[in-house]
Parts: sequence; C-alpha cells; structure tokens
Amino acid sequence: MWDRVFSELPAFFGYYNMLFLTKAALATICLSAIGSVTGLISGFGLALVRLTRARWLAPARWLALLLTELFRRVPFLVTLMLVFFISQLSGLDLPLFVVALIAVFLIASAYLAEIIRSGLESVHKNQWDAATAMNFSLFETVRYVIVPQAWRVILPPAFGFFVLFIKDTALASQIGVIELTFAGKVLNNKGFPAALVFGTLLLIYFLISYPLTRFGTHLEARLAKTRHR
Amino acid sequence: MPRLDIVDLKAAYGATPVLDGITLHVGSGEILGLIGPSGSGKSTILRVLVGLLKPASGVVRLDGATIDYASARDVRQMRDRFAIVFQQYNLFQNMTVLDNTTIAPIRIKKRLRADVEEEARRLLSMVGLGDKLAAYPDELSGGQQQRVAIARALALKPEILLLDEITAALDPELVSEVLDAIRVLARDGMTMLIVSHEMGFIREVASKVAFMAGGKVVEIGTPKQIFDAPQEVRTREFVSKILRH
Repeated sequence: MWDRVFSELPAFFGYYNMLFLTKAALATICLSAIGSVTGLISGFGLALVRLTRARWLAPARWLALLLTELFRRVPFLVTLMLVFFISQLSGLDLPLFVVALIAVFLIASAYLAEIIRSGLESVHKNQWDAATAMNFSLFETVRYVIVPQAWRVILPPAFGFFVLFIKDTALASQIGVIELTFAGKVLNNKGFPAALVFGTLLLIYFLISYPLTRFGTHLEARLAKTRHR
Repeated sequence: MPRLDIVDLKAAYGATPVLDGITLHVGSGEILGLIGPSGSGKSTILRVLVGLLKPASGVVRLDGATIDYASARDVRQMRDRFAIVFQQYNLFQNMTVLDNTTIAPIRIKKRLRADVEEEARRLLSMVGLGDKLAAYPDELSGGQQQRVAIARALALKPEILLLDEITAALDPELVSEVLDAIRVLARDGMTMLIVSHEMGFIREVASKVAFMAGGKVVEIGTPKQIFDAPQEVRTREFVSKILRH
C-alpha cells in the first residue's frame, strides 16, 4: 500500500488538486467561522431574551425557548434538508452554500444559546440581588456583573462546540456543497489512495481546529481571570 | 428627611405566605431593630422594601407618597433612596473593592468619577479598608467584605439604610468590626432598619424594636420595653431564651 501512496504523491499534490482542496478548506472554514460568529451573537440574544421577566416579552421568551430546543433536538442533517427544501419549494432557490450557511447559523445559535444561558445562570443569584437593589437594569447587570463572571463557564464548552462544529460542517456535502470531506471523496473516487486522501484531510482538519483550541485557551486565560469564589 | 410608613403589608414566596399584615413606622433618624425567630419574615420586609419581592397587598409610603411596586418608575425612584446590605455581602466578585464601591454611583447614578472615587476612598477608610482598594472580594475576610458592602451602600448616599443580618455569616471575632462601622452611622443620625440576632447591639443602637413571629409584628416598643418588660408571652419567651445564653 505504501509504495502506491508514494508513487501517487506527485500527482496528488499537483496544482489543480491543491487548488481544489484549498477551496474546499476555505468552504469548511467559512461555514464554521460564519456559523460560529453569527451563532454566538444570536445565541447571546436568545439567552438574554430568556433572562427577561417583563410580561409583554413572554412571546419572545417562548419563541427563544422553542428555537433553542427545536434546533438542538433535530439532527443537523434534517435541519440542512429542511432549509434546502424550503429554499427550493418557496422558489427562492438560494445557492447551496447559502443554504448550508443558514443551517449552520440555526444550529450554532441554538447550541450556543444554551451554553451561554447556563453560563449566565451559573453566576450566584445574590449578584443579581445586589445589582437590582442598586437600580441596575437587566442589561446593566448582565454587562457589568454577570458576563464578566460567566465567561469562565461559557468559554470551555463554547470552544468545544466550535471544534465539533468544524467537523459537523462536513454534512453540508450532503446537499452538494464542496467542503473538505466532499472534496476528499471526489479525489478518492478519482483513484487516489484512500490513505493518502483522508490522511491529508485529517491533517487539514487538525490545522484548522488546533489554532482555534489554542485561541480558546488564550481567551480563557485572559477573559476568565475574573476572580470568583 | 425620610419617613417610612408600612401599612398592612402582605407578601408570599409562591404559595407560602411570609408577611401577614405588617404595620411599621420609621421616622427620620430613627433606627428600627427587627428581631424574632428564623422564618418570622424580618428579612422579607427588607426584600419587599427594595423591590426584590413584590408585595401581595398593603401600602408602603415614603415621605407620605405611596410606592407603587408595579410601576418601574416608582421602583427606580424608591431604590434611589434606599440602600441594602445583605447577609452574604453580595459583593461583585469580578470587581475590586474600589470598583464595587463606585460602580453604581458612576454608571447608574451618573455622578462624576472623580467625586465618587474621592467619596469612596473616604468611606472605605472610615470602615478601616483604606489600604484594600485594589483587592478583590475573595482576597478579603468575611468581616472585611461586609465592611466593603457597608461602604458600597453608603456611597449611594441613601436616605434609609437596610441591614439584613449583616453579622450572621461572620465568625464571632469579626462581628465587632462590622458593628463598630454601624455605630458610627447611628451616631451620625442615619435612618436604619436593622434585622439582627445581635440583641446587645440592637438594644444599644435601636430607637425602636419590633418583635416579629409568623409574619406578624407581635410587639413593638423601645429597647427597654421589649427586652426588660415584654408584654406579650411570645416576646417574653423569645427574649428570655436569647438572653439566657
């Protein structure tokens, strides 16, 4: 097997294959990065909505709960197909990459909303009491008191999720988006040895996720140094 | 000059009633001591006053004006005049001693940072913590944290100070340092409601004492009346039990 791998090396690492793999890697990076960033923002919004108490915001709380629970329970693939068919049937006919983007956004929002909510709720209730009694609004309390203490609880599972998410975006290949895993299958089908193709994929996935993990550790050290008993 | 009237106040935690028709009057410069067994509703009164628990019925008047606890505006205005110190100190764990003391006056009351910090330094020195400005709460002892909490409450320039069992979580040897800080305020004529199990202290600083049991005020009078000549059986039992040890 190894002599075949070696003999195919020059052809495999040819210009067009590399271009193909680079594009596919960029698709994977874009899907995960855009999904994670937009998901982080909307997840934060969803978590905040669920912290409100005002009666007139009850429908918003209900909606936030529904979205969070729904997209955490439905498999990624089903969400992807759902967005895909809605796009087809509604006549919008969005590009496949946009369909995949919407799906990763929905999934990331739901998961991150839950991670952020549990982080916010981990801060002791007496911190809320003190802030409320001193006339802090909900948002002032969250901004000055709760979030600075919640980071340390939010960051580790959030970065764990980001790393899982990079791999999960492989499912976008099911609707025909050419990302890393899909590109690997194509090259494998062209006759390149599986060990070579998927070995290369493994390396690329690692190269994408390792710096992310390092960045997470760095952020934890910086942001989460908040003192807490 | 603040005057606080509480009339027939009722409140419940869910289905459990905790305050069953409380009537209390606190005049300007008066110090009302609230005593009674655990679960009698003493702390709940303070929580209701600052709007951490919505009253079920009854009236709270500040200088004759009724506070509508359903109105966000009323609650904001009321909280501007009260400050509360909690049993568990409730210092913000993510902030230094100085930031804990200055954040609300600067961010919420929008006072000038320089003025607020100067005032905070003065208050923190007054409670004996002038050298701990940059420390975080978890680097301090319970007594020190509670003194920070007192300085933080005073930095709000409250008209009425509410103290919720502020020595209950402290080791015995730390109690006096906290009570000393309150004695200074009492001398300066601060209007206060003090929930406490420190009977000697209540007797010393309070102008009036209310004995509570089962969500009701059983008896109210001067410290001398309550501690030396209680009229009600339950007060007598409580006081004799407390004073025996």
